[in-house]
Amino acid sequence: MRFLFKTDYDQDIRLAKHGGHVFWYSLLGVALLAAPWLLSEYLLEQLVLVCIYAVAGLGLMLLSGFTGLISLGHAAFLGVGAYTEAVLVGMGWPFPLAMSAAVVLSAATGVVVGLPALRVRGIYLAIATLALGVIVEEVLTRWEDVTGGSAGLMVKSPTLFGAAVPQPVGFYYLCLGILVVATLAVLNLLRSPTGRAFVAVRDSEISSQSMGIHLAKAKTLSFALSAALTGLAGALYAHKLRFLSPEQFTVLQSVELLMMIFIGGLGSVHGVFLGALFLITLPQGIAVAKDWLPPAIGGAAGLQSTVFGLIIVGFVLFEPLGLYGRWVKIRLYLQTFPFYRKGTFRREKTFQKTERQR
Amino acid sequence: MSADDAILSVESLAVAFGGVKAVDDVSFAVRRGEVFTLIGPNGAGKTTVFNLISRLYNPMRGRIVFEGNDITALPAHRVAALGISRTFQNIELFEHATVLQNLLIGRQVHRKTALWEEILFLPKVRRQEYAFREHVEKVIDLLDLQHYRDSHVAGLPYGIRKVVELGRALAMQPRLLLMDEPSSGLNVEETEDMAFWIQDINQDLDITVVMVEHDMSLVSRVSHRVLALNQGAVVTVGTPKDVQSHPGVVEAYLGKAAHA
Ligand SMILES: Nc1ncnc2c1ncn2[C@@H]1O[C@H](COP(=O)(O)OP(=O)(O)OP(=O)(O)O)[C@@H](O)[C@H]1O
Ligand SMILES: [Mg+2]
Repeated sequence: MRFLFKTDYDQDIRLAKHGGHVFWYSLLGVALLAAPWLLSEYLLEQLVLVCIYAVAGLGLMLLSGFTGLISLGHAAFLGVGAYTEAVLVGMGWPFPLAMSAAVVLSAATGVVVGLPALRVRGIYLAIATLALGVIVEEVLTRWEDVTGGSAGLMVKSPTLFGAAVPQPVGFYYLCLGILVVATLAVLNLLRSPTGRAFVAVRDSEISSQSMGIHLAKAKTLSFALSAALTGLAGALYAHKLRFLSPEQFTVLQSVELLMMIFIGGLGSVHGVFLGALFLITLPQGIAVAKDWLPPAIGGAAGLQSTVFGLIIVGFVLFEPLGLYGRWVKIRLYLQTFPFYRKGTFRREKTFQKTERQR
Repeated sequence: MSADDAILSVESLAVAFGGVKAVDDVSFAVRRGEVFTLIGPNGAGKTTVFNLISRLYNPMRGRIVFEGNDITALPAHRVAALGISRTFQNIELFEHATVLQNLLIGRQVHRKTALWEEILFLPKVRRQEYAFREHVEKVIDLLDLQHYRDSHVAGLPYGIRKVVELGRALAMQPRLLLMDEPSSGLNVEETEDMAFWIQDINQDLDITVVMVEHDMSLVSRVSHRVLALNQGAVVTVGTPKDVQSHPGVVEAYLGKAAHA
């Protein structure tokens, strides 16, 4: 068991809290840098997908996990980012410029989509974002001159300084780099006043106001930043897919993103990565399992969705804190072995809120 | 009393919910440096007065003036920035954050950094975090919260949450502190601590306190003046002793008891 004696403020503020963190994250960093030599090309492609989903997940986590605003329309931002990137790169823009435009345009869409969030909460907000997601999907389908409609749109390979970014290794490093930068940005935000304001809005709107937080501003900002990150992921996604069509940005995609951060663990940055890893590896796992299962089950249509659904239900019932929550418990169990007590994480029954505001 | 020593004045304030006149033509002035207590039976409108002052409710009539500024039409978050902080009758903390984070949110109104500076976590942001923490540590010391600094609020006992909420309000460095029933739900010992803190806050930190309280021994001990409300209207204002023996106040409480 590790005890941290806090002797100065930096211990709370810095990102790596103790030597163990430094060691393990350095190791992870080295492994990720060496991945092109360690992994087969196929696995590297999958790792690229994990990175892209993690960037999108960071965006959604900021909004849903940290600001408490549930969005069922995040595929829209992914789509806006992807199509902006594809169209602009197609027009010959260098990709960093196209990517910046994708980020800005997604953020702007985010502000618009966030408008209902100023009035409604919870399930109503989820439905409002769902509707706006459908609208964006519709625009992508109908605006054929630009998006190619349902016929689809080819995406040119990214080029930097006149040279194509080599696939898959160069592109992997690009995605990894962007993921690292996005993660640091989110972590910085979370240890600053803005991030704390988001958490405050999530936990109590009434007292956030009385603590001087401008609710509308905080929520709009959260939507904008969230959409910007997801749009950035969209831009990378476009290059990964190489061919875009509106079916890739439907409500189903939005639900998948939401499930990803939910399974990972709402309100934790670790959760984003665990969730992304889970989301990408699960279909592989199912594909492998298929060969082992009796054909009646293994060959059944919708096996993947069913397994997904069951896992979600399992998490809702048994581990609402997601994979990260589970990991924290396992870690404590190992650290305190054999003294771990079953009730450690059971919360004291707190009083019921009956009359809010009173 | 001249207008200058009033830190807060409330003039003919009124609000109704449906047919209920929750606050009906209430006027009072709070002097800088005093502990001013609102008492009254349940449903008298005390919390509603607080919600009006902190701008969570819009008054139908009347004016609220804080340090010479008319705040009647300001949004709630601007009121905080002017120097008014509050606690809630039924604790409103940020449940899934630590005690330290809750107190740091109290420093929100003193934020001087821009978004982009925070994203890059520039030295300026780090220095601001140091300054915030330095102030918050003082509050933690004052309220003896060291032990709970890194605990999540959701798991803390009621009495501690109450203190954390007071701490959050103090972290803002307000000039006026509104406390809605600071002793409700506390045991004798905790109430004792609370009484000391209210006096410390008032005398050592120079914060004017307006509180709502039912515990009359606490009220007489810490308040300079008391205002009694009944059914949304002012019954009387005066020293704790005078108000307690005022026939209107006695009747308000007894009348309530007689109905019950
Ligand atoms: N948001 C609201 N909507 C409807 N009615 C309200 C609202 N807030 C307060 N009221 C009503 O206004 C009246 C005064 O309520 P208030 O909460 O101010 O009483 P109080 O003096 O704080 O009582 P207590 O000692 O029980 O806290 C009550 O009749 C209450 O039902
Ligand atoms: Mg009340």
